[in-house]
Amino acid sequence: MRGLIAPAVTALLLTSLAACGGQSGPTASKGPAEKTKIVIATFNDFGYQSLYQEYERLHPDIDVVERVAAAEEHHRRIATSLATGKGAADIEAIEEGWIGQFKAQPDKFANLLDLGAGQIKDRWPAWKWQTSISKDGKQLGLGTDVGGLAMCYRTDLFEKAGLPTDREEVSALWSTWDGYIETGRKFAAAKLPKTAFFDGPVVMYRAVLGQADVGLYNTDDTVVVETNPAVRAAFDKTIQAIDAGLSAKITAWSADWNAGFQRGSFATIACPSWMMAYIQEQAKNAAGKWDIAKIPGGTGNWGGSFLTVPKQGRNQQKAFELASWLTAPEQQAKVFRSKGNFPSTTKLYTDPVITQFKNPFFNDAPVGKIFSESVATMKAQYLGPKAGDINTAINNALGRVEQGKQSPTDAWNQALVEIKKIL
Amino acid sequence: MIRSWLYRADVKASPYAYVLPFFLLFAALGAFPILYTGWVSLHDWSLLEDQHTFLGLGNYAELLGDSYFWNALFNTVSILILSTVPQLLLALLLAHVLNGRLRGQTFWRVSMLLPNITSVVAVAIIFGQLFGRDYGVVNWFLGLFGVGQIDWAAGTATSHIAIATMVIWRWTGYNALIYLAAMQAVPQSLHEAAIIDGATSLQRLMKITIPAIRPTIIFTVIVSTIGGMQMLAEPLLFGGGQPTGGNDHQFQTLTLYLFEAGFGRFDFGYASATAWLMFVVIVMAAGINYLFVRRIRSS
Repeated sequence: MRGLIAPAVTALLLTSLAACGGQSGPTASKGPAEKTKIVIATFNDFGYQSLYQEYERLHPDIDVVERVAAAEEHHRRIATSLATGKGAADIEAIEEGWIGQFKAQPDKFANLLDLGAGQIKDRWPAWKWQTSISKDGKQLGLGTDVGGLAMCYRTDLFEKAGLPTDREEVSALWSTWDGYIETGRKFAAAKLPKTAFFDGPVVMYRAVLGQADVGLYNTDDTVVVETNPAVRAAFDKTIQAIDAGLSAKITAWSADWNAGFQRGSFATIACPSWMMAYIQEQAKNAAGKWDIAKIPGGTGNWGGSFLTVPKQGRNQQKAFELASWLTAPEQQAKVFRSKGNFPSTTKLYTDPVITQFKNPFFNDAPVGKIFSESVATMKAQYLGPKAGDINTAINNALGRVEQGKQSPTDAWNQALVEIKKIL
Repeated sequence: MIRSWLYRADVKASPYAYVLPFFLLFAALGAFPILYTGWVSLHDWSLLEDQHTFLGLGNYAELLGDSYFWNALFNTVSILILSTVPQLLLALLLAHVLNGRLRGQTFWRVSMLLPNITSVVAVAIIFGQLFGRDYGVVNWFLGLFGVGQIDWAAGTATSHIAIATMVIWRWTGYNALIYLAAMQAVPQSLHEAAIIDGATSLQRLMKITIPAIRPTIIFTVIVSTIGGMQMLAEPLLFGGGQPTGGNDHQFQTLTLYLFEAGFGRFDFGYASATAWLMFVVIVMAAGINYLFVRRIRSS
């Protein structure tokens, strides 16, 4: 329901389910009465179970309790907890797609700068740090994981179409989105049966827009869809790819999309790190056929979360200390090793944990290197409160064009009307 | 003296005490939320803001001028008709067959209910796959007859048919069992007399059974109408979890529209107003159906 975020998080869930197996429950059975209970609410699988135990060993006075829910439900509950003033955990995890919405009510959260977040600021790349800052300058969250962005492609289909298959050569083909479309034209010229160059407009639009300096919102929370040329440019670039006949015209996260990964209905798709798990899940038969190259434009991110401390909590300082510890590079590396959630701390991007990580399913692509490069050079794009719903309206417009229901101009204008309604 | 007073108090007061628990629960969980929804609907009530400005009937006025509200109403009624009419006719026929002599009667009757106890989410996901454009079974089957690939979710009519199919599949058996129960109360002698007079099975259904179970038919029509007006899970999941109901709102139902306003935009004022208007619409729809079905002649 939140644009692409919902499915994205579903995908995150799938990612993490595979590697599940941590124990739960505190190790110390019955501590002294003065133990402070810190409740942390997360969604899907953050891979923190064993870390809680470690933290309790390091801090015998703390008792960590985790609450887990599905992503949609989790964020909806935060909204109601904040509205009613009751029920929020000491630490609430918030996904990137929702952070804009919660940033619009900064008074409900502790300003982490007051609790000492300023000292750990340089853990994160500037854009990740910026994403959770409210417009009145409060830092609301500490970054956990990130998505990054790369381009997944099918080597077997590229070979059939007479294109290079080596990931360095492929990356060189599309340093820009125009290069990507040009490559697509060559691919289409080979006329492979039942195979298109890319899946559909949703993922491509999202990837192109994410590279702009300013996206849907100005930093003062005004929606600039109509006036910001970058949004229209992302829309038009996607239409251009559709008009070139490169789209498989499949709606993202539909049954046909899942089947498409398996049957090779499309040869490329823009890929955040969690998408790798999704592809492996959907296309078990295609191991070794997929590979990963750089994203056109070089940078990008899609997904990732933050740990926030709601003001309702009674132990904000202690909650902050736990959140700070959980998001420290050492802990992020542990989570990456056990669950694969891609770390957000820059220090790790030069660490062998990341640089030497290869994915056998994707032809042993050095995915750690590829994704960290895409993330490290990212520019901060301000995410406003209703970005998810606005993107849904634009995605729907792209879908109408693709299905031949409307001209691009009509679809765009209808999207603008719908966006006004959302606000 | 005291004893007789106590006795009278007992006779007069006890019945109220017995029904009190229900009414207390209803007041807390039924009446209060309904009235509070009405109060919320008079405000600009965002869940994300602390200020709730009083608007009076502003939300209602906006809603009545909102083309997406009317679009959702049209979709709801369209899906309702497409699902309820075939569903109840089919249920009548099935019940009639089950009412006759049949081997393995219990097995057939129990299996009627199986679709209904399946989780609606599972049904929606499976049917979403069946109605897939590229690899859906329905398109494969139609392809055998030379029909081209239909993008079911893309069109208004096609998406309504797909969603109505889910509802039909899930609720036909349930209604058939209700009809069956009513049919078993129809005196066998009427059927026997008709058989002697040479009536066919269909004639007996039309002339004896349907008039005899008229109250049950009215009941199922009204219940199906209320259920159909509130349809949420099927269109939500058919659209991949998007509350817009397709890229042109082509299968967004009223409840889905409410859901979009309330839990997508957290605009509870607008969502509450939608809920109240929906209530009015449902009462009207149920009333119209009642008048319509009442015209079945009683025997």
